[in-house]
Amino acid sequence: MASAHVTKRAKYKTTIKDPGTPGTLRMTFEKILFVPHNPKSAGKLDVEFRYIKGQKHTKEGSNKPPWLNLTNNQNGSFIFEFENYSDLQECRDFVGKVLAKGGEVSEKPTVAYPDEQLSAAEMELRIKLLQEDSELQKLHKQFVLSGVLTETEFWATRKKLLDREASKKTKQRLGFKSAMISDIKPSTDGRTNKVTFNLTPEVILQIFAEKPAVHRAFLSYVPNKVPGALKQFFSSSSWPVNNDPIMSERTFWTKYFRAEYLHSTKNSIAAAAEAAEDEELAVFLKQDDILASEARNKIRRVDPTLDMEADEGDDYTHLPDHGIFREGNKEMTESQNELYKRSLSQDINRHAAVVLEGRAVVFLFENIHVSLDCICSMNLNVDVELEDTKAVAEALAQSKQKSSNKGESDGDTSRERLDRLSRMTEIEDLQGPNTLPLAPLCIKDPRDYFDSQQANALRTSGDALGGIEQIKCGLSTQEVYGSLRESISSIKAMGLKEPIFKPEVAHQVFDALTNSISNTKYHIGKNPQESVLDRLPRKTKEELLHHWTAILELLKHFWASYPITTTYLYAKVNRLKDAMSNIYPQLEEIKGSVPSELRHQVSLLVRPMHQALDAAIQHYEASMQKRSAQSGERPNGYV
Amino acid sequence: MKFQIEDVTVYFPYDYIYPEQYSYMIELKRALDAKGHCLLEMPTGTGKTIALLSLITSYSLSKPQTPIKLIYCTRTVHEMEKTLAELKLLHNYQIKHLGPQARILAIGLSSRKNLCVNPTVLAAENRDSVDAGCRKLTASWVRAMAAENPNVPTCQFFENYERAASAAVLPPGVYTLQDLRVFGKEKGWCPYFLARHMVQFANVVVYSYQYLLDPKVAGIISKEMQKESVVVFDEAHNIDNVCIEALSVSVRRQTLEGATRNLNRISQEIDRFKATDASRLRAEYNRLVEGLALRGNLPITDNWLSNPALPDDILKEAVPGNIRRAEHFLHVLRRLVQYLRGRLDTENVEKESPVSFVASINSHAGIDQKTLKFCYDRLHSLMLTLEITDTDEFLHIQTICDFATLVGTYGRGFSIIIEPFDERMPHIPDPILQLSCHDASLAIKPVFDRFQSVVITSGTLSPIDLYPRLLNFHPVVSRSFTMSLTRDCICPMVLTRGSDQLPVSTKFDMRSDPGVVRNYGKLLLEMVSVVPDGIVCFFVSYSYMDGIINTWNDSGILKEIMQHKLVFIETQDVVETTLALDNYRRACDCGRGAVFFSVARMLVSYRGKVAEGIDFDRHYGRLVIMFGVPFQYTLSKILLARLEYLRDTFQIKEGDFLTFDALRQAAQCVGRVIRSKADYGMMIFADKRLLARAIKGEPEIMGDFLLSSSSELVDECRYSRYDKRSKLPSWILSHLRDVNLNLSTDMALHIAKEFLRKMAQPYEKIGGSGRKTLLSEEDLEKMGDGGMDEMLY
Repeated sequence: MASAHVTKRAKYKTTIKDPGTPGTLRMTFEKILFVPHNPKSAGKLDVEFRYIKGQKHTKEGSNKPPWLNLTNNQNGSFIFEFENYSDLQECRDFVGKVLAKGGEVSEKPTVAYPDEQLSAAEMELRIKLLQEDSELQKLHKQFVLSGVLTETEFWATRKKLLDREASKKTKQRLGFKSAMISDIKPSTDGRTNKVTFNLTPEVILQIFAEKPAVHRAFLSYVPNKVPGALKQFFSSSSWPVNNDPIMSERTFWTKYFRAEYLHSTKNSIAAAAEAAEDEELAVFLKQDDILASEARNKIRRVDPTLDMEADEGDDYTHLPDHGIFREGNKEMTESQNELYKRSLSQDINRHAAVVLEGRAVVFLFENIHVSLDCICSMNLNVDVELEDTKAVAEALAQSKQKSSNKGESDGDTSRERLDRLSRMTEIEDLQGPNTLPLAPLCIKDPRDYFDSQQANALRTSGDALGGIEQIKCGLSTQEVYGSLRESISSIKAMGLKEPIFKPEVAHQVFDALTNSISNTKYHIGKNPQESVLDRLPRKTKEELLHHWTAILELLKHFWASYPITTTYLYAKVNRLKDAMSNIYPQLEEIKGSVPSELRHQVSLLVRPMHQALDAAIQHYEASMQKRSAQSGERPNGYV
Repeated sequence: MKFQIEDVTVYFPYDYIYPEQYSYMIELKRALDAKGHCLLEMPTGTGKTIALLSLITSYSLSKPQTPIKLIYCTRTVHEMEKTLAELKLLHNYQIKHLGPQARILAIGLSSRKNLCVNPTVLAAENRDSVDAGCRKLTASWVRAMAAENPNVPTCQFFENYERAASAAVLPPGVYTLQDLRVFGKEKGWCPYFLARHMVQFANVVVYSYQYLLDPKVAGIISKEMQKESVVVFDEAHNIDNVCIEALSVSVRRQTLEGATRNLNRISQEIDRFKATDASRLRAEYNRLVEGLALRGNLPITDNWLSNPALPDDILKEAVPGNIRRAEHFLHVLRRLVQYLRGRLDTENVEKESPVSFVASINSHAGIDQKTLKFCYDRLHSLMLTLEITDTDEFLHIQTICDFATLVGTYGRGFSIIIEPFDERMPHIPDPILQLSCHDASLAIKPVFDRFQSVVITSGTLSPIDLYPRLLNFHPVVSRSFTMSLTRDCICPMVLTRGSDQLPVSTKFDMRSDPGVVRNYGKLLLEMVSVVPDGIVCFFVSYSYMDGIINTWNDSGILKEIMQHKLVFIETQDVVETTLALDNYRRACDCGRGAVFFSVARMLVSYRGKVAEGIDFDRHYGRLVIMFGVPFQYTLSKILLARLEYLRDTFQIKEGDFLTFDALRQAAQCVGRVIRSKADYGMMIFADKRLLARAIKGEPEIMGDFLLSSSSELVDECRYSRYDKRSKLPSWILSHLRDVNLNLSTDMALHIAKEFLRKMAQPYEKIGGSGRKTLLSEEDLEKMGDGGMDEMLY
């Protein structure tokens, strides 16, 4: 960027007709500063850029003077008249740049109302929430930025989202896939014997994580730019690193898949034969020595209540050749070939362990993924982009280093072991309630839950749905009264038992509720099959849904404002009412925009919105009348 | 809580007690009062261990003039740790209420491998090397040498312990193995020898079965236990197997080769000693002439494994003249090895009684029975004389001597079986000569004779009258308790058909049927998508599991299963299995959910005891699936010999015993899901054989036996009157409703869903009206002594 600020002579006009105060306009990334030439004149201006929402300017060649109109988010505007168009041009570009840069961020935090002292952290949190949820952002834009609702009001109904605890929780991170790497199936072109493996950074990371020996081999064989620190790590961590690179990445992976192929044939003799010929291939076929040493370390931290290794260490009956060979334990293969035999069980266990551990590595993975958004396609006959896989390998090594450091410093493993032990031994229901550390269930959007329930309900059976309709919903007053009496008398006789309802009943009610809620959802919305909405054009559908949420938001605030006790609320209701009445024409417009065969559907969908709005406006008018009747003498109904 | 059982005040560390725990304590107390043995069956998940510990420690506290010692035997180290943790809880409670007088010393004892804190020794791979590594540093002659030559390495921890001498004691408290290690590290004392020493003084000793049952180990560790001890065998449903294994030895080609190497090395050592220090060998000879097999009291560190024969059967007389000289003994051993090698070169399966085997040794190798009997003692003496520390190298010759001693000592209850190859792989010659013990009562007899009360308890001892016969003892109390449940928290099902309505079974002719394998896979796949947290699957054998997993992998079922839960598998490598289990628990803890594939009956004897000792309670196991019925491998000659012995001696029918054995195994597997009454779990027995017998009441041919070469056995099974279902323990049977007896996959899925929903509802812990399933202190007082039984039964 050329400069961090722009300084130009300009006239500042409060309105278009204002002749303007001559002075100097200075714009930096943060603020706009206007100092009049005449220090006594009133036009001094100091505005922060984040309040600026947009800019308008006159066109060169039109008969207007070079004006720049900066609108702020309170619908005010600052007009500057420049001396010539080139000045305007420069300023315009600068403002454009700043606005683009500030982009979403500078736009959203918006209006700092005087009545609200927001800490920076809170602000950040709100911005984050808005960024995460586009629907919320839309609403925010629509109502807060247009002034229908204030920032405080908007957030007041979303206290839960702002909850510190909830926000502090770490975001879920992406783990490894549950599919095994051996599931990577090559694709063939059908004509030649050539097979092609597609290796994504993700797959490579998984291979490295599950097979440290392959990782090490990669780092030592493939020509590289491994930083010194890493090399040091490897040499210190008993991974002998071969310092002379001898393979290209392509040959490396070719060899790897060759080894995997040999392994998959379960022919350990052939594998042994090939390994004998090819030293590097042997690396892939051999048992992973790093894993073995890791296992030895891990076994010390294992839960003592399942430490079968300790068990074996205590077993004197089974000295070699003592005891009974119950079923015979003959080793089928000779020991030499055994070296090249890796069982599927081992692979599965290792895979599951890595998936479980995965989290430690993942944050790095995310970084890599961003930098490598293109899938690096790996053909056995085609070169690979080297930096990519390299990055993966090195990042993994770094994270390992970190975690190994952590493992060393972690001294209280024995304490953790003891905790686990005591948890395993206590009999839970013989003593008072024991509060275990529970992770709070975080369902941000309950709809997700019901959606999934819907899927279940659909899958399991039609009879569940059919069953609901048979539940008798209408009860006569008499019946209700009778049942109430009955339960009261039973409580009198037996005392209040802990489960007030029979679990079966509760279960049934819960089921029905889940089903009905998910059902309505099903008809309104997201479910992709045969919903009404889905027959509408995409744009219309989105608009409708958006209007629906917008109306809900407005109504929520509207009804929450009653009874009106302060002038503030009064003003708010007025604002809301205006906003609501604006929606009517918009809805009509939607109706008009759809093809005629869908119009009926749309009007069916729009009707409840109309009804809700109608009710609100009716209420508004009724209360207005009441008010004016009460305080007829007052001019504007102000209290 | 605190309550009275007759004259004993029982301290129980929880606020509530299950009624069955209470009656369990009453029965136990009767047995203690009568100073007799007892047999108690109580379902898993009812807190047997804490009830036992609580009553016995309280009993001992209430009778301070005659304190009794508790020797608590567990099958595994992890059960030992768990028991000690429970005891810790109890001990803290007792101290809180009784003050310092409640202080006791309780220790767990294990091998050096698990207790050693010396990093150089601990670096060794297996137990034998750790033992040898320890001896290299601590044997009396090594220490004597080190006293003269500071360059000879010794173990600092042991030296410190020795220096502290009588001051080296453990303060009262409960010590798990971990606690012992920590204490040892802190003080700089060897925890292993400290624990060995403290065993004599401890009020409670927790260790493994073998420390009492296996004469090789018991001879050095449990020699000095007083008679006034209560011995508890927890989870004792397999105790007969432990007993017979303790007295069984097998010899293979590798053993003989190793033994020959050992003999060469010994002969070199003898030559070396002759050249340098001949007086030592002479001294040994003189000692042997005087009739002392061993030199009186050995230093604690010099002890090696003890005589494999039971203490009463060891001859207390002079070593026979023909093996007193080291060279002569070596010749005898060489002849013995030569003879055994000849016997291994056989084409046919041979079965022989020890008597005729000994006679044959005598005629072919010229070694008489008495010489054989002294083999172990003579070898031990020789190795001490030769100051051999790397005992792990000499295991082969030791095996041969153990074999010789046992075969020379026991004439009945054993048989010798020589098999030229494994039946399943007839083309690979792998001869094996096994001396197998059939009589479980032999090994346990000294325990019954020596201690005033022996308690045998487990979740599955049905049929309870079988155990006194197998172990040959007379319990004063023999009782089986049922479980009073607050709600139906266990849900056993018998699945007989797959989703395509075809029968499923691991019966021999069906087990490799792709349809069955697929149906099993589908069953698991459906369950995995419905059941939360942990699921455990048991397969009948390792090879079957391996095969089925490979098939599932090829057909993509495994991949689909992985979409729902992580998969962990028991392997033959103990370390890997342990880590897999640990990860499995973590996966259940963090909510990811996991499936564990395990084997109901491990191939390699009893190593790898997932099915035996690991708990899959609470969220660690909401569902257990038994794929098939875990019968023993009926081709095994040893099993056949044992069955024959049982029939001849105890009139137990082969079929009955096999069914009993298979079902106690199955019950053990599925019994691990329940820890308390608040817990819940489902069990699926996926085999049509369980149904056929239960419903029709007519015998069905057990496929496994069709394989058997003994047609007599097949007939026996075919007409066995018992059905398999009734041999399941009653607590499972009582929940096995008739509608759940003949399910297909979809039905089982439906039941599972219903069950899980029901269990998720809140419920009243105390129990419904009428029967209480949870008693408070008040309840117990109210009931007094009399009302209890009516209340419960």
